[in-house]
Amino acid sequence: MKHMASERHTLSILVDNEAGVLARIVGLFSARGYNIESLTVADVTADHAVSRITVVTSGPPPVIEQIMAQLDRIVPVHRVLDLTALGPHVEREMALVKVAGTGAARDEALRIADIFRARPVDTTTGSFVFEVSGPTSKVDQFIALMREVGLVEVARTGVVAIARGAEAV
Amino acid sequence: MGAEMTGADIVVKALTDLGVEVIFGYPGGAVLPIYDAIFAQSRIKHILVRHEQAAVHAAEGYARSSGKVGVVLVTSGPGATNAVTGITDALMDSVPIVVLTGQVPTHLIGTDAFQECDTVGITRHCSKHNYLVKETARLGPVLHEAFYIARSGRPGPVVIDIPKDVQIFKARYEKPGVIGHKTYKPQIKGDRASIEAAVEMLAAAERPILYTGGGIINSGPVAAQLLRELAKLTGAPVTSTLMGLGTMPNEHPQFLGMLGMHGSYEANMAMNRCDLMLCLGARFDDRVTGRLDAFSPNSTKIHVDIDRSALNKTVRVDLGILGDVGGVIEDMIKIWKSRGHKPADLEPWWNDITGWRARDSFGFEQKGKELLPQHAIKRLYELTKAQKPIISTEVGQHQMWAAQHFGFDAPNKWLTSGGLGTMGYGLPAAIGAQLANPGALCIDIAGEASIQMNIQELGTATQYRLPVKVFIINNEYMGMVRQWQELNHGGRYSESYSDSLPDFVKLAEAYGWKGITIEDADGLDAGIAAMLAHDGPVMVDCRVTKLANCFPMIPSGAAHTDMILSAADTLGEADEDAKALV
Repeated sequence: MKHMASERHTLSILVDNEAGVLARIVGLFSARGYNIESLTVADVTADHAVSRITVVTSGPPPVIEQIMAQLDRIVPVHRVLDLTALGPHVEREMALVKVAGTGAARDEALRIADIFRARPVDTTTGSFVFEVSGPTSKVDQFIALMREVGLVEVARTGVVAIARGAEAV
Repeated sequence: MGAEMTGADIVVKALTDLGVEVIFGYPGGAVLPIYDAIFAQSRIKHILVRHEQAAVHAAEGYARSSGKVGVVLVTSGPGATNAVTGITDALMDSVPIVVLTGQVPTHLIGTDAFQECDTVGITRHCSKHNYLVKETARLGPVLHEAFYIARSGRPGPVVIDIPKDVQIFKARYEKPGVIGHKTYKPQIKGDRASIEAAVEMLAAAERPILYTGGGIINSGPVAAQLLRELAKLTGAPVTSTLMGLGTMPNEHPQFLGMLGMHGSYEANMAMNRCDLMLCLGARFDDRVTGRLDAFSPNSTKIHVDIDRSALNKTVRVDLGILGDVGGVIEDMIKIWKSRGHKPADLEPWWNDITGWRARDSFGFEQKGKELLPQHAIKRLYELTKAQKPIISTEVGQHQMWAAQHFGFDAPNKWLTSGGLGTMGYGLPAAIGAQLANPGALCIDIAGEASIQMNIQELGTATQYRLPVKVFIINNEYMGMVRQWQELNHGGRYSESYSDSLPDFVKLAEAYGWKGITIEDADGLDAGIAAMLAHDGPVMVDCRVTKLANCFPMIPSGAAHTDMILSAADTLGEADEDAKALV
């Protein structure tokens, strides 16, 4: 099993929005040695009763299957969905990227931001904070370019994801 | 809706409504209101243990020997942390228990108050589920839900942490009707098409084996009867894990004995050579499989389990069936009969098995006065089997010898710490079993090292006049540690000698027990007879030969076919990879 190629999977976990539920999920990953590449959580129903956790994890297919089964065992978990396995879905994350500099570097930062449709949400005469969103690869690429023009700090949300089409999961 | 009651009264009322007859516990500051409520009633009997770990093991023994939910009540802080080993033990062995822990009042939570600990945080990953109840009105629903979760699906421990103010405030309580849960819905009924496929595979197999485990015991006594019927219909050999002993009668001709690290040669060889493995309520534990890439290489594997995460966890199976194992076996029997299947011609397969059996891998030769531990356990079995005793054990060599040489004919008679391997389990488990089965002969087969881990419970047995027997296989070593040091670490017996042992007879007498010493083989039968003749609790210090090893043995990380049958096969020093394995 450990010799099989690792795959990246995006899981959606619907849980009761109750105290300690996130600790149950995160603790399961650490206790059993599973990877978490990113994790987001927020309540998603009108009555605030259900939270949706999006976890990006990686492992060989049997490990992904075991992660799903282990998550499903947790009492306050409603459903566990492997969006990667289910088919077409949209993944997005957002980053706030702080860049400091003056002169040509500053101009270049603004030009690149425009190409990436990153919005300046804060500015001083010597800095910008850009808001950029998109697939992880786009955010990675934007941050890589910003490194060359004065990147000082990054905050990222991690991935949120949802299946394509009219149906709810 | 009923009248308003205090939280403490709600706890006792709900437990009464749930049919609880016995609670194992230890009082302390944060549970005093509940103890006050217990004081005011007579329906529920409280058993005062001497250490909270023992309360949990006693509840486990109570639960495993009766099929009921075991209940524990302890205080906050050290009461809760002392219970953690027992809770973990119950999780590993799928024992239904509910543990009530006191907590500091809600306004003090998080302030490092006296006897505060983060009980729900600490027990989150060693319980099936846990609760911190912050409102008195939630107590009733949570208690009923906790029992439902503990006993349904794959059973396990549920912890309910109750702050002291929640015990004192008042709320209304009403006994709920049918208990369900909005997210927890274990699948009980196995998929029909999969079960049909399993039956066809079984009918077509030339070398089938039924690999059975503790799930059959958890499924209820009917499941063991159904297993016996399935075995009869198919003619297939049956082996059992440590946790499943008793589901097949020990003397049954189709029963190959326990499999795994210290299992029988025939069981392990049959697992290795079978063409169809039907795993019923077992979980492919590392103590069973040995080296995974050499585990039963040529078989088609079917796994029936109530826990989805047990399917394909360590061993990939060809057909996984999610559901209660008793129900699945029942369906298999019905389908087998309705399709008119007859037992296949398994004669060549049984000839192979007969050949392996002839190795007599559990054999030993008792000669002279020096007493072999295997012989001591064998005679204990022979002299008590008519009374159908309930046997608990501690952990180590004596546990494996008991599994090998004590025969079990029925489920719920064998209480042992399998998954966690908790020394100190046996005495409190025997106490719990005795309370659930007042007329039964309850014996803890112990080691002289393990018994000292919960020795304080001698007092509990005395207080409640429980006639439990403790039969110590005393070889003056932590025997399994010493054995591994002999086999893997060049015979360097680092810290495994049981030095400064107490005089067990005097110790027993100090607690009001009867103490007996068995010095050698000549005194064995008389010693056992004296133990059985005394109607109160008895501790037997049975002196056995010091350096016996438990064989057969599959060394850690080895394949079933690499079984060591006797000391002559051993190397004395393991390589690094093997040493790294537990």
